Amino acid sequence: MKKVYTRLTKITKATVTLRATDVGNEEMAIVDGRRAQVVRIYGDEVTLQIFAGTEGIATDARVTFLGHPPQLTVSDELAGRYLDAYGDPIDGKPPIEGKVVEIGGPTVNPVRRKQPSELIATGIAGIDLNNTLVTGQKIPFFADPDQPYNQVMAIVALRAEADRIILGGMGLTNDDAIYYRQVFENAGMQHRMTAFLNTTDNPPVERLLVPDMCLTAAEYFAVEKNEKVLVLLTDMTLFADALAIVSNKMDQIPSKDAMPGSLYSDLARIYEKAAQFPDGGSITIIAVTTLNDGDITHAIPDNTGYITEGQLFLRRDTSVGKVIIDPFRSLSRLKQIVIGKKTREDHPQVMNALVRLFADAANAKTKQENGFDLSRYDVRALEFAAEYSRELLAIDVNIDIVKMLDTGWRLMARHFEKAEIGIRQQLIDKYWPKHSFT
Amino acid sequence: MSKHEITEPTTTGRLVGVVSNLVSIEVSGPVGQNEICYLQHDGLELMAEVIRVIGDIAQAQVFESTRGLKVGTPVRFTGRMLEITLGPGILSKKYDGLQNDLEKIPGLFLSRGVTSDPLDAEVRYDFEPLAAVGDKVRAASWLGRVKEGWIDHKIMVPFSLDGEFHIKSLVASGSYRIDDVIAVLTDRNGADVPVTMRQKWPVKKAITAFARKPRPAKILETGIRAIDTLNPMPEGGTGFIPGPFGCGKTVLQHAMSKNADADLIIITACGERANEVVEIFKEFPELDDPRTGRKLMERTTIVCNTSNMPVAAREASVYTGMTIAEYYRAMGLKVLLLADSTSRWAQALREMSNRLEELPGPDAFPMDLTAIISGFYARAGEVELYNGQTGSVTFIGTVSPAGGNLKEPVTESTRKAARCFYALSQKRADSKRYPAIDPLDSYSKYLEYPEFRETLDQIMQPGWAELVEQARDILRRSVEAADQISILGDDSVPLAYHEIFWKGELIDFSILQQDAFDEIDASTPLERQRYMLNFVMELCAMKFRFQHFEEVGSFFKQLINLLKQMNYSKYESDDFHKYEQQARQLAAERRELQEAGAAV
Repeated sequence: MKKVYTRLTKITKATVTLRATDVGNEEMAIVDGRRAQVVRIYGDEVTLQIFAGTEGIATDARVTFLGHPPQLTVSDELAGRYLDAYGDPIDGKPPIEGKVVEIGGPTVNPVRRKQPSELIATGIAGIDLNNTLVTGQKIPFFADPDQPYNQVMAIVALRAEADRIILGGMGLTNDDAIYYRQVFENAGMQHRMTAFLNTTDNPPVERLLVPDMCLTAAEYFAVEKNEKVLVLLTDMTLFADALAIVSNKMDQIPSKDAMPGSLYSDLARIYEKAAQFPDGGSITIIAVTTLNDGDITHAIPDNTGYITEGQLFLRRDTSVGKVIIDPFRSLSRLKQIVIGKKTREDHPQVMNALVRLFADAANAKTKQENGFDLSRYDVRALEFAAEYSRELLAIDVNIDIVKMLDTGWRLMARHFEKAEIGIRQQLIDKYWPKHSFT
Repeated sequence: MSKHEITEPTTTGRLVGVVSNLVSIEVSGPVGQNEICYLQHDGLELMAEVIRVIGDIAQAQVFESTRGLKVGTPVRFTGRMLEITLGPGILSKKYDGLQNDLEKIPGLFLSRGVTSDPLDAEVRYDFEPLAAVGDKVRAASWLGRVKEGWIDHKIMVPFSLDGEFHIKSLVASGSYRIDDVIAVLTDRNGADVPVTMRQKWPVKKAITAFARKPRPAKILETGIRAIDTLNPMPEGGTGFIPGPFGCGKTVLQHAMSKNADADLIIITACGERANEVVEIFKEFPELDDPRTGRKLMERTTIVCNTSNMPVAAREASVYTGMTIAEYYRAMGLKVLLLADSTSRWAQALREMSNRLEELPGPDAFPMDLTAIISGFYARAGEVELYNGQTGSVTFIGTVSPAGGNLKEPVTESTRKAARCFYALSQKRADSKRYPAIDPLDSYSKYLEYPEFRETLDQIMQPGWAELVEQARDILRRSVEAADQISILGDDSVPLAYHEIFWKGELIDFSILQQDAFDEIDASTPLERQRYMLNFVMELCAMKFRFQHFEEVGSFFKQLINLLKQMNYSKYESDDFHKYEQQARQLAAERRELQEAGAAV
């Protein structure tokens, strides 16, 4: 029979402390029916973090320890299910049966990993052409809260040809949760997806469990079933905010932007679960990190940028009135593995030349805004930029990569001379359009 | 990890507290700062390092997950600091931060408490003596050598031996295992000390068994023009590369590890992405070393503690890398040590300091951060060994400044310690001008050393440093001209402003920018760098005729295009000369007549 404790010695907004023995670090407990986890032990003094918050908890609350760290039951029954942050059903169906595993398990031995090498085509040129994604990659969208990141992420998920999609919602609004559900159901994909949802009406600290739940499920499908798993995490900024709440209640000294000093390690632990496994399975993570007015120097996007393999920026291009993937600030670090190798040989140089010319247009635009006359080159660059934005960068583009490259050459030939694009001569000889464009 | 033989009763303890990876242990006897202990949990031994002692409570950072640890867990102390194992077999290995050989660890995942031997106890090496019975020796004296891959691996008197010894016996040439006794030394009191090919050294102590450490004066070729030409790094020098994410720090370090003219490369992946290490694992065994024709992996050793591996071991990883580098330096080899990223190491220090509830310094980093960083950089350098030979450890670390702001503690501390500064600029990266090394903010303090300038005069050409200075001046004036043009407008400034602006762009595009992913452009030997700088400076010295500012831009763009084509062509190939000829002709057509006449 489990021992029941009934005397708390300290209560904060997120934690309680009591005297107890034979308790393990990170062990789960129940405090007055609420789930909690051991975060500090000293002698017989044990501090628990209460996921749902401590509102209404009294000093005589009943505490029982469960003897294990947080767990998830994994099996093929996860398919098509909607679960909460603890892995319990919220879709009215019976609990999942299968193997019980600890979440937040050990690291993959780096020498057993394979190099990611399979291109993920999305049809969006701002991604496929400029920031090509690869299985086993981890990459976030950096976006302001008013940008359509959930829609873009859903498009990517639909087109990515993954065997399995795991959605982790942290502080997701109810409306967005319904949106995702509709998207996946309309596409007939519900049997390939699992969702762990913490919505805005759930307690914020529960969010801390969501990424580990998603990735434990993902490891089951990727390692044991050799599936290509795509994990969507939205919104990691709200996850980090929850970390800060707990750290603050535990009297930890905050570092930059009131975030805990361990923020880098805490985020890395999650993102590094993305991997290409030797037997063909893979975990790819696409996340959302919302920004405050585009500020990427804040500790959350800053640490994220150092961990993830690139980032995708959404921006509204006012000159064409469309949301585009910003070519300057976006980056996919793993694109070098596939571009020009799995795609056409001219891909790397065309991609760079187009962005460089787009940068010339940005300078011309600044000049124009400052009231200076534009040179003929400036005018050509601006004309090019508008077409580049509309035909390639906009998120509503859906074409294959060869078409993207051909479009790139066509735009360069229409607006520039061969000597102005700075591309290797052999490639120009081969791909420069033979017909003139006006 | 190696077994610790306990011959005398040592201190034991029991766990009394745990928060994250910091544990408090009640100890039974004496305990040392930085002493290694093992927590005996669930049939496993979890390694930890003492970082503070208060009364009979020792606080230790655990190098593994602390999940499930309970009060009362028994603890075994070792009486030793964190040590690594040195000997033949290190080359080409892939270690974790504590020097476990990752290839030997079974399974897909790194289970807690699993360790492995960093060397190969069963492999036989062909030993050849380099000393004789009766010789007087001291720590780091060469007793013999074995072939480790393609290098002459010296078997040395262990660094931990103090004072002078005589060789009492030494095995003959033959094949031996690393744990076989190959020599017996006698100390001053007549006591015998057996020596094998395996020795241990505490990573946090510098190996100082050498005669002296002169100022570095030889250039270390990296094949990267923005470094070798503009801000050269000497053998035994120190440098750092700060830059916001996405500016190409890692690509730059990988380019250096592929092309640098060093005998050995040690890469410490400290708290960074696992896929970047996997890239090295995959590519280096396939890529050729341009100097030796062997595979790059044959000269590379990797110490990796990726960002999801335990934080405490992250701190250890940079020391492990440095100790291995010092070991090979003592054999008279030229070692390049790269660490990516030292900020992650500093963050590991911050996490521990925070858990210890120490009063925080700037940005919550520990107060002694500057001292720790400068102490570490000081371990690099070129050294003269006791036998007159030289060896070097060149150290280049990356720094990942929070928010890209260079006024943060890790960057500022590192700036005080490192002599070369390669500033990566967000602006250059955004406009895809790679490598994004800012030519004006970056510096190499070694250029102030007269002995280093002399080397450059000899290797490159007389007056080389001055020529580079002229190039830098043009870049500086180009930036000023660009500012004026953007303030006053294209047609409100003299044409000369446009000309100088574009001459700077010419240097930028043809010298500074380099395509790390192009087969030819990826690495430029010094001779080719010399040739190109002379050619570009010759063009920059010319005065050209222009009627209108738009002509300036279109002329220089054509010139830049031709020089870029040169960079993409094999050195001194027909194509190379063809593009050079075209560039010369283009320039000649535009040249001011009287000046052209005067020049002939």
